[in-house]
Amino acid sequence: MKTVDTASGDKTQSRPAKFVTWQEAFGAVPQRNAPFETVSCEPVPPLVTEHDVAGLDADTDIGLPGQFPFTRGPYASMYRTRLWTMRQFAGFGSASDTNARFKYLLERGQDGLSVAFDLPTLMGYDADHEHSVGEVGRCGVAVSSLADMETLFDGVPMAEVTTSMTINSPAAIVWAMYLVTAQKQGCKLEQLGGTTQNDILKEYIAQKEYIFPPAPSMRLVVDTMDFAAKHVPRWHPVSISGYHIREAGSTAVQELAFTLADGFAYVEACMERGMDVDSFAPRLSHFFNSHVDFFEEIAKFRAARRIYARRMRDKYGAKSQRSQTLRFHTQTAGCSLTAQQPYNNIVRTTWEALAGVLGGTQSLHTNSMDETFALPTEKAVKIALRTQQLIAYESGVANTIDPLAGSWFVEDLTNRMEQAAEEIFEQIDEMGGVIAAIEKGWFQREIARSAYQYQREVEAGHQVIIGVNHHKEDEQEEEKIDLLEISLDSEREQVARLHKVKSTRSAAKVEESLARIRTDANGSVNLMPAFMQAAEAYVTLGEMTDVLREEFGTYRETPTF
Amino acid sequence: MEQPIRVLVAKPGLDGHDRGAKVVAAALRDAGMEVIYGGLHQTPEAIVQMAVQEDVDAVGLSILSGAHMTLFPKVKEHLNRAGAESILLTGGGIISAGDMDKLEKLGVGQLFGPGSRLADLVDYIEKEVARRRTATRSA
Repeated sequence: MKTVDTASGDKTQSRPAKFVTWQEAFGAVPQRNAPFETVSCEPVPPLVTEHDVAGLDADTDIGLPGQFPFTRGPYASMYRTRLWTMRQFAGFGSASDTNARFKYLLERGQDGLSVAFDLPTLMGYDADHEHSVGEVGRCGVAVSSLADMETLFDGVPMAEVTTSMTINSPAAIVWAMYLVTAQKQGCKLEQLGGTTQNDILKEYIAQKEYIFPPAPSMRLVVDTMDFAAKHVPRWHPVSISGYHIREAGSTAVQELAFTLADGFAYVEACMERGMDVDSFAPRLSHFFNSHVDFFEEIAKFRAARRIYARRMRDKYGAKSQRSQTLRFHTQTAGCSLTAQQPYNNIVRTTWEALAGVLGGTQSLHTNSMDETFALPTEKAVKIALRTQQLIAYESGVANTIDPLAGSWFVEDLTNRMEQAAEEIFEQIDEMGGVIAAIEKGWFQREIARSAYQYQREVEAGHQVIIGVNHHKEDEQEEEKIDLLEISLDSEREQVARLHKVKSTRSAAKVEESLARIRTDANGSVNLMPAFMQAAEAYVTLGEMTDVLREEFGTYRETPTF
Repeated sequence: MEQPIRVLVAKPGLDGHDRGAKVVAAALRDAGMEVIYGGLHQTPEAIVQMAVQEDVDAVGLSILSGAHMTLFPKVKEHLNRAGAESILLTGGGIISAGDMDKLEKLGVGQLFGPGSRLADLVDYIEKEVARRRTATRSA
């Protein structure tokens, strides 16, 4: 995306006289000493005119909301019918601590839940494993068995509230615990709505919470997609995520292209298993970052919908409209927040959220101002949720659909992002696809390079961060804020609860369920029924994952920087 | 001529957020240091073993998961047990000022939070390693 047709470009000859006059006037005055580039280090032209978007067709490239190629939005009426889902990611300490936070958020007008699990859970270890020491309940909630899931959703009507779960390598097992908990509440599987992140490809690329090698990991993902299509039709079994790719340091275009490439890899894997594209694609969802460069983000969201629609229809033969539309969750950029002058983070988060809304997001998480220090306090989370409510009800931006359509600047940027993403798809194809590129370490190196380039621009002052390299304050001036503290007792209590569960369950049922998981892992049947049977018998996450570790093996990446 | 400074950059525990570790590793390399990047999901024992085998001057840990109050003391304890007290233990991540103070009292060096400048941590490692080398020589 390096070539920008700036006003001083070579198309001058065909420009009208008025434009040439503007160009001379512009060139006659000095410009501010600024790099005029996005947070992705992309140059931004001083002016974009209709001339720059002459190649765009208003009908086939932009169209109308709810119509191909869905640039203006996946639905005909967008926020006029229903606002985005306000969904704050939450989880810390024990299942009962997090259950209390869920109820606090639901009582204050949040629409859906979003569970953050702790690292042992994300890596498929029980709280009493040696690798779990010091990590239990620290950056999310600990869920070692069905008993914890039951506590987590105690008093939450699971048939009514949709739940998003950020879980990847052991997603199938944790989802099985969720489904069994809902059944025990009296819900039917077909009533349950929600999302499991379950995007293993971005784990290898950026988030690095992988357990098994790519092939068996992809099999688990396809098992959940197949099970959802047949039995849990309102569930989104995979949330194809760019958020973590961006947080790891990618540019906006890399986030766009890498994420969509991952999604197409899942589509191809399901089609290879013989699934009809229109049977699973309607339940695919996406998850993007909204960083500080306002227009670059909006263009990214609009480009994502257009690229996706075109590929799904033309390359994969998707016929239903829902299969062609990209629907996404947005989270504001954690990496844009600063520890210095933390109240400024409320303001950054506000315009990042606004970019998500103007880009047509279906749900939104706004970060809290204190998250560069710790998990957020109740007070900080409330301000973050109120930020969304202020945008929704006071700013007026939700009154009309895709208000930035037709802006020459936004349309030109959208177009350039689409072209740049297509070039990256070609590179990935040349390497033999997403998994081959992961195994070569290509994504990882590309992201590390972008992260280092950005950091050097920050240090050189080319990228300005208020409080960090501009308008700094010394420590005495810095305002101190209250932080959430998680007691180390919480780990001890979780281990005690786990031991109680283990001592009160039927050992025979545990053995039988684990044997079935082993048999099914070695066969080709869908593993979900075996996971649900084991969850019901209070077999722990670690016990189930250990069987899979033995049968599937584990993955290690070659460390590079 | 002084030997170049050797640094092990490592990620202990289960946290996979490696952006900071990799950016710091690249910056230390560009500042002329010999950098070994240990990769993800390392136990404190494995990190110390690698540090001793590679004869490093400093170990830099990156921890964003909140487990720093467990992992820094463990690595420090294993360094002491291996007779490698002279190796500088530093690092960074999502660590509050209060926790940084507590870790410093346990013999951990300066820690760098969000917004730290690469130049500052390069400078710190250069000065601190030089001081420790002189102390070891005169001892």
